[in-house]
Amino acid sequence: MIVFEKRPSPSRFWAAVTPVLAVLATMIAGGVMFWLLGKDPLVAIRTIFWDPLFDPTFGAYSRPQLLVKAGPLILIAIGLSIGFRAGIWNIGAEGQYIIGAIVGAGVGLAFYPTESRLIFPLMVLAGAFGGWLWAMIPAFLRVRFGTNEILVSLMLVYVAEAMLASVSQGLLRNPDGMGFPGSRNFKEYPAAHNGEIIAGTGMHWGVVMALIAVIFAYLLLSRHMLGFQVRLSGEAPRAARFSGVKPARLVLFCLGLSGALAGMAGLFEVTGPAGQVSIDFGSGYGFTAIIVAFLGRLNPLGILLAGLLMALTYIGGDLASLMLGIPAAAIQLFQGMLLFFLLAMDIFTNFRIRLKKPEAA
Amino acid sequence: MDLTSINPVLLIASLMVAATPILLAAIGELVVEKAGVLNLGVEGMMITGAVVGFAAGVNTGSPALGFVAAALGGAALSLLFGLLTQYLLSNQVATGLALTLFGLGLSALIGKPYEGIKSPTLQKLDLGPLGDLPVVGPILFGHDPVVYLSLLMVLGVWWGLGHSRAGLILRAVGENHDAAHALGYKVVRVRMAAIAFGGASAGLGGAYISLVRVPQWVEGLTAGAGWIALAIVVFASWRPWRALLGAYLFGGVTVLQLNLQAAGLAIPVEYLSMSPYVVTILVLVLISARGQHGAPGALGRVFHGTG
Repeated sequence: MIVFEKRPSPSRFWAAVTPVLAVLATMIAGGVMFWLLGKDPLVAIRTIFWDPLFDPTFGAYSRPQLLVKAGPLILIAIGLSIGFRAGIWNIGAEGQYIIGAIVGAGVGLAFYPTESRLIFPLMVLAGAFGGWLWAMIPAFLRVRFGTNEILVSLMLVYVAEAMLASVSQGLLRNPDGMGFPGSRNFKEYPAAHNGEIIAGTGMHWGVVMALIAVIFAYLLLSRHMLGFQVRLSGEAPRAARFSGVKPARLVLFCLGLSGALAGMAGLFEVTGPAGQVSIDFGSGYGFTAIIVAFLGRLNPLGILLAGLLMALTYIGGDLASLMLGIPAAAIQLFQGMLLFFLLAMDIFTNFRIRLKKPEAA
Repeated sequence: MDLTSINPVLLIASLMVAATPILLAAIGELVVEKAGVLNLGVEGMMITGAVVGFAAGVNTGSPALGFVAAALGGAALSLLFGLLTQYLLSNQVATGLALTLFGLGLSALIGKPYEGIKSPTLQKLDLGPLGDLPVVGPILFGHDPVVYLSLLMVLGVWWGLGHSRAGLILRAVGENHDAAHALGYKVVRVRMAAIAFGGASAGLGGAYISLVRVPQWVEGLTAGAGWIALAIVVFASWRPWRALLGAYLFGGVTVLQLNLQAAGLAIPVEYLSMSPYVVTILVLVLISARGQHGAPGALGRVFHGTG
């Protein structure tokens, strides 16, 4: 008989190994899925995980995409992870991402066609503010009325999507766009454009900000009192209250921070890779970032790696759908599977598995 | 704008149809939560039910078989959640989110070949002359069988939870799993059964959207209906009749805003279509401001029985 024995504290060894095992298990299960879809599983896995980086023809195009896709994922996941650690579940990052993009882009477009170095930093701040404000709605409602932040933050995603549809056809529509929906393209507005910092690498300001966020989160969690309070609240809420943690302040901080980072990610995306505010701007980064946060074990360095891996599955998925005709949805399923395997394998982190002879009751 | 074009009788009849998917999912989730399990994967199970039901309905030509397939599909997916949370003791919030993300991907993959096809029509239950009665006819006697099934399920869950031995055990498990375990009840088995019931109900709800309400398959069809069902369980304070009230209230808002769009109200369409979500938030705030009464004691906590 198999018995689970609770470990006194989670195993650090298994915490580091389970994501790798989960990726392997997902590759195997994904291979079976591709085989069922009538594709050669080995070719499919190679197309997703190897070709985007090392293929001589596609590599040059897809390598920069790695940073372009990983940037927003990491930036959003870092913010989410801090809340998740404290047991504060912001799952509406997608909405905060959209509102950040709308507010930031709106500020930039208001100054069109002024050329000033100050415009872009101002837009970044406005984007962060937009995301922060959107996250403050569930935060305030939870603190003031005890409303469940999971449901409110998620509902606000749909509200944000409706607002996006509204502004891209109305308020922010390109006045020279002959009535087509969508804002002005930021590529034609240099002061507000978030272009590549080093040509051909995919490195833009959003990626820089993601790296800063990783370092900031690492220092916060390991060196700062607030980080200690975050960890304590998640692991032992009762002990946290006795040690003087103010739950309300923590809710406001965690939701506010994740909202601001998601808003910034939206702004960097709209002014860079996306180029304009349009109806289909929401890309699901806010939801995929949840997977990134868990796959990275809610640990800043882990999230950095997880974000790169998840970006790889996006690019590899595009390549696989182009080359092998694997539907794009298969990749979404693949990402969902990854999270499942990871959560299932967490049993090794938190429990010892012992074989025990059945005893007479 | 022409408000006289909105017929109150038809409005009530169509709000019942609009509310049915959410009611089905909410009543299932209510049972799951009463057993002490928080399954945030309702949206994923609903959309899987929607696509499985649609595919089965189109292939067999029978909507009834579609609903059966949808219930089985939703239950199968929920058992995955059960396996992880009950046997592998994973975090319920994270696993529920994973279930939703997984279900969205799975449904998009299965549904690709079915885009743009119309489903077979589910016949309305023919109640003879009753359906021709003025006012009462369309409201009470003019629906398809699933609408009545959802009402029967509310009745069944109300009776089952409050007035049967099985319901008493289920509630005991949900209030205090350690005590229930000590009394010799199989906590994990009871919870697995509840989870499967919740999955099947969510699957039925999803299929109602794809086979009756829309009736078509498009990616992301459920558009947050599963999350609204979760909100309705909170709104209902875990009581079946209040879940019915909540779902019909929500259905009313949805239908009313659609009618206002059609009547050409001077409010932009986007603001009208966000109104159901805003109303849900407002209702949640009102309920939580009074304090959450009736939440099962062991809701969301991991049960690790020793020995």
